Amino acid sequence: MAEIRIRNLAKTYGKTTIMQGIDLQIAHGEFVVILGPSGCGKSSLLRMIAGLEEISEGLVEIGGTVVNALEPRERGCAMVFQNYALYPHMTVAENIGYALKVARIPKAERMARIRATAESVGLGDFLDRRPGQLSGGQRQRVAMARAIIREPKVFLFDEPLSNLDAKLRLQMRQEIRKIHNRIGATSVFVTHDQHEGMTLADRLVVMNKGTIEQIGTPAEIYERPQSLYVAGFIGSPPMNILPGQVSTARRGVLLEDGTLLPILSQLDAGDGAMVHVGFRPEQAELVEPGRGAFDARLDMIEEMGAARLCHLLFEDIPVSVLTEGRPALATGAPVGIRLTQEALHLFDANSGHRIELRRIDTRLVEMQPSA
Amino acid sequence: MIERTPILNILTHLILISGLVIILIPIWLAFVAATQTLQAVNSAPVEFWPGDQLWVNLREAWALSDFGPKFINTLIVATGVVVGKITLACITAFAIVFFNFRGRMVIFWMIFITLMLPLEVRIVPTYAVAANALSPFQTILDATGLSGLIATLSGVEVRLEWNLLNSYTGLILPLVATATGTFLYRQFFLTIPDDLVEAARMDGAGPLRFLWDVLIPLSRTNIAALATIMFVYAWNQYLWPLLIITDRANYGMVVVQLSDLVPDQLTTGGGTPTWHLAMAATLVVMLPPIAVVILMQRWFVRGLINTDK
Repeated sequence: MAEIRIRNLAKTYGKTTIMQGIDLQIAHGEFVVILGPSGCGKSSLLRMIAGLEEISEGLVEIGGTVVNALEPRERGCAMVFQNYALYPHMTVAENIGYALKVARIPKAERMARIRATAESVGLGDFLDRRPGQLSGGQRQRVAMARAIIREPKVFLFDEPLSNLDAKLRLQMRQEIRKIHNRIGATSVFVTHDQHEGMTLADRLVVMNKGTIEQIGTPAEIYERPQSLYVAGFIGSPPMNILPGQVSTARRGVLLEDGTLLPILSQLDAGDGAMVHVGFRPEQAELVEPGRGAFDARLDMIEEMGAARLCHLLFEDIPVSVLTEGRPALATGAPVGIRLTQEALHLFDANSGHRIELRRIDTRLVEMQPSA
Repeated sequence: MIERTPILNILTHLILISGLVIILIPIWLAFVAATQTLQAVNSAPVEFWPGDQLWVNLREAWALSDFGPKFINTLIVATGVVVGKITLACITAFAIVFFNFRGRMVIFWMIFITLMLPLEVRIVPTYAVAANALSPFQTILDATGLSGLIATLSGVEVRLEWNLLNSYTGLILPLVATATGTFLYRQFFLTIPDDLVEAARMDGAGPLRFLWDVLIPLSRTNIAALATIMFVYAWNQYLWPLLIITDRANYGMVVVQLSDLVPDQLTTGGGTPTWHLAMAATLVVMLPPIAVVILMQRWFVRGLINTDK
């Protein structure tokens, strides 16, 4: 069993702390994706699990053993690097089998395992080539085969798909997931691409500035982002955020222009509290001016193929709405935005934390602008 | 800036060809002189076309200089220097680039500074050390009073001595340290991506394994470039062998032998200068370095421009 437990992990370089207070438990066989912008510490976290980077503080356990002081090879991890990191002077077979050669596995067994592994990732015909003679996707497969052949307890992926073109990336994404399902090892996958994270993960870990913002299934994170940061980071196009002020007397949030957004739930915020209201472009709807929750003006329309992304301006704050129809609107034309109660997310303006809306009425209520 | 105009093409070719002619003329004159008889080579005007005495002259020069054993000597020394330099440069650069230890930049710059101290500059202290390679330690023992202490305690007087004069070791060792080679290797090792180092660590390869399995195969072209330069350098050594080899019969080097054939006050003793023999010997001595350069040329160029695809 290879569950990973990370307790109160921190990383410091001299006096600068780049990561702290990381607590994470990964179950055996789970596929966890660590998602975050560049510089958020996600790669450092992975490298600390791998043993390539020293742990400044805290504990990393793999399969019940504290591995802080162990060499990478003793941790039972295999890693796939962003730039593949293949040995350029070795053939594909030698690359795949290098770990076995170092481990002094007899040549006959080694060759058999190399062949089997290469076949399983579709490289059977390329064993004698050098990395320089392979395409990007094939190199990626060699890197995967090199990790698979060691039969590791834990697979670590450091942005392995970011050097591939879009089409190949989709294909390799599926293959990685299939390999994970087949082998059943624990996988930790680092990426800055939320689509990759969403599609691959059993659980997502969203990181920002060296701390974990939220851990949850992709659906949980999409539906109930715990902070303003996660709300803005997950979802494409990103969530719309409008500043406002809670009014308990009028049971809603007053937007900047004085429009009231009614909140038909119990609200855990005091009167006059400054908040941010968020809603996703795909959960809003364009209606006649004056018939939605609030009005905005059209700025431009982006054609997305299956839908249109309408960029609007509300009091100079950009707001976007995804619509399946083809709105015939001129730039600057007023338009209403209709929202359901379910679409609304509330965040504390100071801390950025989510304010829970305990639904007391889950009816679809059409919100009218208050007079 | 790449410009292509007919006039510029002709001009650049003219410059190239004149450079080539300037380099080739002395070699041609040496070759011509080597094919003449004693009378012809000493008569004015200078002959510009080869005669028929090449083979005769070559044989006489070879016998006169005892080139057979001397070639073997020089080959042993040059190979020793090349192997020593490459090994030392490689492991030094390996330590400097891939290990994070205190003072590694200081050490690197100290090595680098020795570029300014070629053998000719430090020839006297180097000779002193070669005469007794352990003399620095003796000095330390004497200065700290340790040798006196040992003498009073055990009654044995400490006299460390390791004489390197008249030996292959003495010829090779002082030439082995190389700042150029270390620098060349350092620059190459710096181009190795960190990912590759980490992949090797994940694969379970220790530092020496990584050096042997990855770095050395990848630096083949560097090795070839360094070997070529250093072979020519070692082959052409004159001052050092002249100084430390008094037993010329057993340890003589070809370039020193060659200098004996070049006519001067000592060798001719007032007789007719034997330029034809000196030039014939020169041709012979030139051959091994030329052969090495030609054989290694393909690798050599790639190693210096550092682009192995």
